[in-house]
Amino acid sequence: MVSFLRFLINGISLGSVYAIIALGYTMVYGIAKMLNFAHGDVIMVGAYVAFCAMSYLSLPPLVAVLCAMVVCTVLGVLIEGLAYRPLREATKLAVLITAIGVSYLLQNTALLIWTANPKVFPSVFSVGSIKLFDGNLVITSEIILTIVANIVIMIALTLFTGRTKMGKAMRAVSEDRGAAELMGINVNRTISVTFAIGSALAAIAGVLLCSSYPTLMPTTGSMPGIKAFTAAVFGGIGSIPGAMLGGLLLGVIEILGKAYISTELGDAIVFAVLIIVLLFKPAGLLGKPVHEKV
Amino acid sequence: MKKLKKSTVNNLISFGIVIIAFIICQSMIASGAMKRSLKGQMVPICVYIVMAVSLNLVVGISGELSLGHAGFMSVGAFSGIIASAWLRAALHVDNEVLRLVLAMIVGGVFAGIAGVLIGIPVLRLRGDYLAIVTLAFGEIIRNVLNCLYFSLEEGRLHVSFNNPNIPGTMLVSGPQGATGVDKIATFPMGFALIIFSLIVVMNLINSRSGRAIMATRDNRIAAEAMGINVTKYKMMAFVTAAVLAGMAGALYGMNFSTVAASKFKFDTSILVLVFVVLGGIGNIWGSIIAATLLTVLPELLRAFADYRMLVYAIVLILVMLVTNNPMLRSLFGQLARRKGRDDQVQVGGAEE
Repeated sequence: MVSFLRFLINGISLGSVYAIIALGYTMVYGIAKMLNFAHGDVIMVGAYVAFCAMSYLSLPPLVAVLCAMVVCTVLGVLIEGLAYRPLREATKLAVLITAIGVSYLLQNTALLIWTANPKVFPSVFSVGSIKLFDGNLVITSEIILTIVANIVIMIALTLFTGRTKMGKAMRAVSEDRGAAELMGINVNRTISVTFAIGSALAAIAGVLLCSSYPTLMPTTGSMPGIKAFTAAVFGGIGSIPGAMLGGLLLGVIEILGKAYISTELGDAIVFAVLIIVLLFKPAGLLGKPVHEKV
Repeated sequence: MKKLKKSTVNNLISFGIVIIAFIICQSMIASGAMKRSLKGQMVPICVYIVMAVSLNLVVGISGELSLGHAGFMSVGAFSGIIASAWLRAALHVDNEVLRLVLAMIVGGVFAGIAGVLIGIPVLRLRGDYLAIVTLAFGEIIRNVLNCLYFSLEEGRLHVSFNNPNIPGTMLVSGPQGATGVDKIATFPMGFALIIFSLIVVMNLINSRSGRAIMATRDNRIAAEAMGINVTKYKMMAFVTAAVLAGMAGALYGMNFSTVAASKFKFDTSILVLVFVVLGGIGNIWGSIIAATLLTVLPELLRAFADYRMLVYAIVLILVMLVTNNPMLRSLFGQLARRKGRDDQVQVGGAEE
């Protein structure tokens, strides 16, 4: 029972990281209708920037995270402006391949700057841990921090999209880009802001991911990126609560699957659950089904 | 003499070009004019051409984005390797060509079965959801292959799941993949496979079924209203592509002495998709050219050493921007017109 609780908490912690990454995917998809495959690599860049800020410049962790957020925000806006904006009217596949190109670009630039040798991410957030059930259940500070960060981000984003003018503009653009433009919304600026928010979240996710799994390589971002993308689809792509739910469920399923079914098949179980869910709910758990009109 | 149809003439010319290219390459190998590094690339080039042509059938002709094509390749590779080893041990088939052909057929059949099993759930979905499910299946196949162990003991095949302790000589050992594979793949066989897949795909496209497949791509609802069984035709394209990918996989597997499942991950599927998109979606000959050039390109960029993948990424982004941005395209169109009226400049797809 205690071990089940431990796996559950680890799962929620991993799921929280997935959820934060998935938010970036889902917001970009909802507004620009594109699969941003480079998102996973923005996570990696964020983690590297935080790593450098802490190890080489010996900045305090909080400042390092802020640095990573700033760098990733700038990077996200640049990627959007240089690579995706010229293709706004192009086919989906063209944008997808460009996103893959950007992903290769980021990975290989990172490879040149930081080499392929894995870096050990400093455990800056370990300030102690909570021990329950006579020390059988240890909850580390990283786990608590990840879960708290996830909740804070969730509340902030819900308020942002629901209450602010920019958030309303975002929802309008995702609903109908043409109509939003006619209402005087600056579509390009809205999309840039979306990329900025998504990339800043990716930086946070990168730091949280690496403080729980402290090996940092240029390919660190790709698998969590794919998983988070799966999570976004799982919850219904384009839906913010869906990304949250999808991320958490995916993390819990992955950890429990690895613990109780098979370590090697952990990823296969995650993807199998995704396929089963999509077969019964083709638009994801919280996605709105789109009806075709003739 | 009966006048041939225009499409038939075009196809014959194109086949002629492929055959001439093969003869040139083969004579270059024979005379030793080809660099060693490039010679080693010949079978992979054939494999990637077949992969790109078959994926184009799914992405271009039937209009469904598939991100798990490498999964079928891995099924074909491993079943082909096992079949080849078994044929030699149990039935004493020592003729390498016969063994390779049989192995490719086995690889194709197994990949085809996987294609049917995956196609049933996948083709119920649409658009991006379909893409993510093919991605998921590709990852599942890789993950499961990482847990499979095969061994051969006096002509008897042993299989186990997640248990490396099985009698006999190991053929496939989980995450390490297949070791001690006979390298019986040859460039002429690769060429034969290209011709075979071209004949299959071209005939399918120009047939009644092919037109039905394209009709479902252009407008699903209209095609359905005309009485076309959408699922049947989408399935036909998907499974044909899977079979061809399986055969290519078998050839690929037997070109190396060790093959691990990690060779066929998401990146490989994406690589093939890049060939298809750069060559022109739905354009079979474009796929062939793109697959050849982009397999050779990293080899040619060897001078850039560490920077070559970076250059590759930048080239990829620039080509996509130039070919897809209306402003840049018209700019390049003007430049091309100034250069010469008949001179058709195709950025990214220019032949050497």
